[in-house]
Amino acid sequence: MSVKKVQETIIEEFSMFEDWLDKYDYLIELGNNLPEIEAAYKTDEYLINGCQSKVWLNAEYRDGRIYYQADSDAIIVRGIVALLIKVLDGQPAQDIIDSDLFFIDEIGLKQNLSPTRSNGLVAMVKKMKLFALAYQASRGQ
Amino acid sequence: MIKTGVLNFDVKKIRDDFPILREKVYGKPLVYLDNGATTQKPKIVIEKLEEIYGKKNSSIHRGIHFLSEQMTEAYEEARDTVRKFINAESTTEIVFTHGTTSAINAVTFSFGEKYIRENDEILISEMEHHSNIVPWQMLCERKNATLKVIPFNDNGELDMDAYRKLLSEKTKIVSVTYASNSLGTLNPVKEIIRIAHERSVPVLIDGAQIVQHGEVDVKDINCDFFVFSGHKIFGPTGIGVLYGKEEVLEELPPYQGGGDMVDCVTFDKTTYNELPYKFEAGTTHYTGAIGLATALDYVGSVGIENIIAYEKELLDYTASKLRAIDGLTLYGNAENKICVFSFLMDNIHPYDAGMILDKLGIAVRTGTHCTQPVMDHYDISGTIRASMVFYNTFEEADMLVHGLERIKKMFEK
Repeated sequence: MSVKKVQETIIEEFSMFEDWLDKYDYLIELGNNLPEIEAAYKTDEYLINGCQSKVWLNAEYRDGRIYYQADSDAIIVRGIVALLIKVLDGQPAQDIIDSDLFFIDEIGLKQNLSPTRSNGLVAMVKKMKLFALAYQASRGQ
Repeated sequence: MIKTGVLNFDVKKIRDDFPILREKVYGKPLVYLDNGATTQKPKIVIEKLEEIYGKKNSSIHRGIHFLSEQMTEAYEEARDTVRKFINAESTTEIVFTHGTTSAINAVTFSFGEKYIRENDEILISEMEHHSNIVPWQMLCERKNATLKVIPFNDNGELDMDAYRKLLSEKTKIVSVTYASNSLGTLNPVKEIIRIAHERSVPVLIDGAQIVQHGEVDVKDINCDFFVFSGHKIFGPTGIGVLYGKEEVLEELPPYQGGGDMVDCVTFDKTTYNELPYKFEAGTTHYTGAIGLATALDYVGSVGIENIIAYEKELLDYTASKLRAIDGLTLYGNAENKICVFSFLMDNIHPYDAGMILDKLGIAVRTGTHCTQPVMDHYDISGTIRASMVFYNTFEEADMLVHGLERIKKMFEK
């Protein structure tokens, strides 16, 4: 599924929720279901430090595609992390670089990805793209 | 509405004075419990600022015209209102600053320049706000001096024996908070100052978290410096106060140069204006000062005794309700404290809880509250903090508790 298509599915899923608490309930569920990042990556080297919550991120490259592993110490943040992974995981590097993550706004999570929140999520999105860029650069493309 | 035993105090009427308290967020009534960060403004303060900008604005201390003179007079009256509020001896002791942080920085630069030498010691406490840590640390770096720290016990009370032992002939100043912004502890400042004075060590009291909750009498506690912010006592933001005893301020050099702090300027030499103007360089925030005076008058009209009595009831009520929540840990259980509650719930990240409370219309703060060493003391990464003032109600305490119970259920699933 393309980056755009996955985002559309998420938007549809979220359109069913009537109020905020239902959305958060779902994010908590997503957060709980996200596989924990391997201990080797839950270190300062992979840490994206927000003032409020912490996020760890690692990426691997296979056949022109990028695969992400991420984690957070806050569950709702973890749920948002899970959504970001759902959208970008296993996508071609160029698609990740070019991606417009419109679903964040559509499902009402824009606040949570505002730079003033300092929860590590803005930096995480940036870093996800940087991994893709670094991969492209390493292939001389 | 739960009846309080405090006479002459009608919280419903008081809430009517604060327009923002009628606002809704996400369609829910606003429950504002982030007063430790900033307080809301009564309409009398908002109207005062409107009146100044609409009818009276003019720069102070320089015009010969009607408006300037009128504004200057109002500014100096504001200084006298502040003097009375903290019971200072004279208006020469009241310097307007941008806030608590800028007032502390002023002292670290001015006092620091004059008195701090290599190997001297500066004594602060473990529960200080970063604003009462970092400027002193920077001073220590400039002067090769040493920062010493008075520890607190797990209830959040300063270790007074440790304090006595830490004071030495090397100690040049003690700087501690009157009330902790993250633990709520009310420190025995009068005793702290008395002990320091036995060794002729001056004391700065950070009053940012006391002025809105209790009576301040700088003469009674006998501090050498007292600092606070306007925005935390229902006044405008960007205005603060540095009180210093006249004989102390007299000896200190100015820390910023520029307009209004001078007496006579030539390229060879500049002589400085008298107190308090030598510490007020540049165009001051005169509208803020007048707004602050209006806020202080407002607090006076509510009555400090009423505020103290009502907040004591609110404190006891809220604390007992929070303690009844299974799995909730309160940080800061000092015998004497202000209406501030820092807490964590088992297995729930404070940021997660804060996000959900927000959607319920309840404004709290989460994180370290600019007191990272306090979090280190308990080995936690942060807390949820609910900070209340006299316009908060018992019903709001209940709403917080219901919100927390709801969050618990969401995370138990």
